Amino acid sequence: MPSSEPGPYRLLGGRIPYVEGPLKVTGRAEYTDDIQRPGMIVGRLLRSPWPHARLLSVDVREARALPGVLAVLTGDRYPTPFGVLPITHDETAIAVGKARYIGDIVAAVAATDELTAEKALSLVRFEVEPLPEYSDPRSGLSKVAEPIHARGLLGSNIQKEVVQHFGDVDAAFARAAVTVRFRGRFAGVTHAFTEPMATVAEATPDGRLTVWSATQVPHYLHRALSEVLEIPMHRIRVIKPEVGGGFGGKSDPLPHEIVCAALALETGRPVKILFDREDVFYTNHGRHPTQNDVRIAADADGNLLGYDIEALIEGGAWSSFGTVTTYYNGVLAMGPYRVPNFRYKGQRVYTTKPPSGAMRAHGGTNLRYSIELALDALAEKLGTDPFDLRLRNALPPNSTTINQFRITSTSFVKCLTAVRERSGWDAKFRRLPYGRGVGLGCGFYISGSNSPIHFTPKMPQSTVHLKVDMDGGIAVHSMQADIGQGSNTLLAAIVAEVLGVDLERVHVQRVDSDVSPVDLGSYSSRVTFMMGNAAREAAESLRDRLVAAAARTLGEPAETLEVGHERIGVRGRPDRFVTFLDALHAAMETSGALTASGSYRSPTMGGTFKGARAGTAPAYSFAAYVAEVDVDVETGAYRVPRLWAAFDCGRALNRLAVEGQIEGSIHMGLGQVMGESMNYRSSRLLNPSLLEYKIPMPQQMPKVEILLVGDDDPEGPFGAKEAGEGPLIATLPAVGNALYDAVGVRFSELPITPDRVLRGLDLRAAEHRPWKGA
Amino acid sequence: MSSRELLSFRLNGHPVEVPCPSPRVLLDLLREDLRLTGTKRGCDLGTCGCCAVLVDGRPTLSCLTLARLVDGRSVETIEGVSPPRGLNPVQAAFVAHGATQCGFCTPGFVVTATALLRSNPRPSRAEIERAISGNLCRCTGYIKIIEAIEDAARTEE
Repeated sequence: MPSSEPGPYRLLGGRIPYVEGPLKVTGRAEYTDDIQRPGMIVGRLLRSPWPHARLLSVDVREARALPGVLAVLTGDRYPTPFGVLPITHDETAIAVGKARYIGDIVAAVAATDELTAEKALSLVRFEVEPLPEYSDPRSGLSKVAEPIHARGLLGSNIQKEVVQHFGDVDAAFARAAVTVRFRGRFAGVTHAFTEPMATVAEATPDGRLTVWSATQVPHYLHRALSEVLEIPMHRIRVIKPEVGGGFGGKSDPLPHEIVCAALALETGRPVKILFDREDVFYTNHGRHPTQNDVRIAADADGNLLGYDIEALIEGGAWSSFGTVTTYYNGVLAMGPYRVPNFRYKGQRVYTTKPPSGAMRAHGGTNLRYSIELALDALAEKLGTDPFDLRLRNALPPNSTTINQFRITSTSFVKCLTAVRERSGWDAKFRRLPYGRGVGLGCGFYISGSNSPIHFTPKMPQSTVHLKVDMDGGIAVHSMQADIGQGSNTLLAAIVAEVLGVDLERVHVQRVDSDVSPVDLGSYSSRVTFMMGNAAREAAESLRDRLVAAAARTLGEPAETLEVGHERIGVRGRPDRFVTFLDALHAAMETSGALTASGSYRSPTMGGTFKGARAGTAPAYSFAAYVAEVDVDVETGAYRVPRLWAAFDCGRALNRLAVEGQIEGSIHMGLGQVMGESMNYRSSRLLNPSLLEYKIPMPQQMPKVEILLVGDDDPEGPFGAKEAGEGPLIATLPAVGNALYDAVGVRFSELPITPDRVLRGLDLRAAEHRPWKGA
Repeated sequence: MSSRELLSFRLNGHPVEVPCPSPRVLLDLLREDLRLTGTKRGCDLGTCGCCAVLVDGRPTLSCLTLARLVDGRSVETIEGVSPPRGLNPVQAAFVAHGATQCGFCTPGFVVTATALLRSNPRPSRAEIERAISGNLCRCTGYIKIIEAIEDAARTEE
């Protein structure tokens, strides 16, 4: 439990139960698969059994003739390419010309029931020409016989290459007293949210299309539907029901969402596409399988002189967020330490496998593992404590990194100090018996991308609308997408805080593009920061009108009034007040129901070089975690019994939700470091189920102690920064460094499974290098 | 399509008779035929626990249970463990502790925890972990779920 010093706010800073909690615990929350429409039929997708094949011809006559089949679609019907990034539109709703991985959608049917739809899919006949399979990204680095996409760099399968150099890295390494190198290898991991993707679409005779979908970014889906289906956005209505987890996996507009809408347009009937778990795994968009190579130089005092980083990241069949990923795998090295010289080369390569994409702590996770393990190696060479090395190099507040990231608030030093003390580090590090150890891992992440993906010049990244009528209930509209992280609750709490009203007065409305003003959605850890500021501005505008009305009623100047709990009164005169409802009704005399709008646009920042915007954010989160491990040196199995997590999210506005984000992030980070892996035999995914792709069980969770030490951020709403993604990052290196402290091996290949632990122990034993006397 | 049988069983305390083709699984019968959508479909393979219901009081994966096997038995879904108004103690504790995030796994956890506390009103932490080990949650790391169940056990005493 974190400490809970009382803050200056009535609600914010406390523990606010999620507003939709009662609906969720009773099964009454409505998810996409719960939606029933009159006359609704079933859409099903045919997935490619070929890793790479030219689609020469397709015969759908037999499928179309099957009783109960209403439509059969192939790629030629809606061939307009799309993708989450405007610069890399390389996906189509259904494969056009080629299938690019086992699982690529090659046809779709709509039928009255599931069995008929399945039967129809089995009757679709393709004539194909098999093409070369590219299951290893290294095979795609130079010109290949058949590039997976025509856009590959110079006939290769390279989707994106980033080369950056700031300062003079060669000179830094030449004058270094100590250098270290760490090469990490990371299996792909996936989000494993519990709700499979689902979409319902309905085209109505008024010329409109309504799409309900399990999405994190309703606005980008809205755009993609419009582009591919060639229907103006104002004739499409996107509704986001409750979403059963996303973690990035529901943040691309996905092909099945467009297919579902297309089938609804073709048939005139409402259509539902519901994924089974295999569909989810083949859709993937999880964390990129990665190989990175991190070299760090320091002087004899332990001052960092430079980083030289390379990364080879495997994209799978599509671009998705890949251009961003390629930048992030380098530039997210810019914190939490001062790096005076920096060089990076990153390549993202297409392979004939399920697409990689954005997953919680996108782009920052694998990079951070390698840096933090390298830093521990550096500390060891220097004979200094890992904490002291990091304290010496911490980024100061209100500074600029060498690649021109603007750092405003940072409580990184407080994170280090707090976690060092609470974990009992100084009594444990290198002092626990062989097999047991502690490790430090740190984190740094963007609190909202400064660059909206679809940036329409001068439009805000978030807008919030409020409406209050005579009943005194406040309706809140925004396209921000609560996918379980608690953004609806925060939105309601900010409005209630500013207006001084009870939380139950505030009703956050379901995301519906017809009535919700645009917020860009749940990705890049942007919602609290951006939506929170927009909500505050909207509520303050409403509050000012209520105060003006109260001033008229009371016959007092507005400047002398203050907002109290469910009232507005004269400061210092407890008897002179009007109730919230009376103030509201007075304000309504001239205008009727009150409405208010607030918005947020991040400030201009970043350099002017190519790629300068990647990684710029209005604020950054910081973390320092200590993990304790207990290794069974006979079997290689290990546990993480304790984990101390110090996190700087600025002011934690809802401690319940912040803790929930940190605990869930630790779960996901432990999964990746200890066991999760997308396993392939060449291009074929071997474990597309939650039985074979195992996420941690309750028994594998450590006892977690959370330390929220952040100072207020100057620009965050009420001082807040992100807590949704950053908390994952430090988990992995904390475990990796703890394993080194326990058994003397720096494991470079993730996940660190028991067999890899044993192999590491054997190697160390073969080299006759005892560790802690064993 | 195989011939339709008439199933009769107790559903959430009330007798029901429903036609059911024999290969139908209980999850489909509940969600599709009876429109009780509180029970969630997470994997259809018995791996996630989102579809848990109580059959004769025992947590059961409805996606792996042939519907005809509940003939003559008692089935309780999340709708059945929820009081007509308000929340049961397990549900109230889940809300208070923030044990829901996305909420998709929540009905399965609530049903499982409710059954646990009926048979074992004061479970140890290890017993709670064992009871929920068939339910996956990707949001919470289980920490607040376990706290909520412990709290509900204390409240019910």
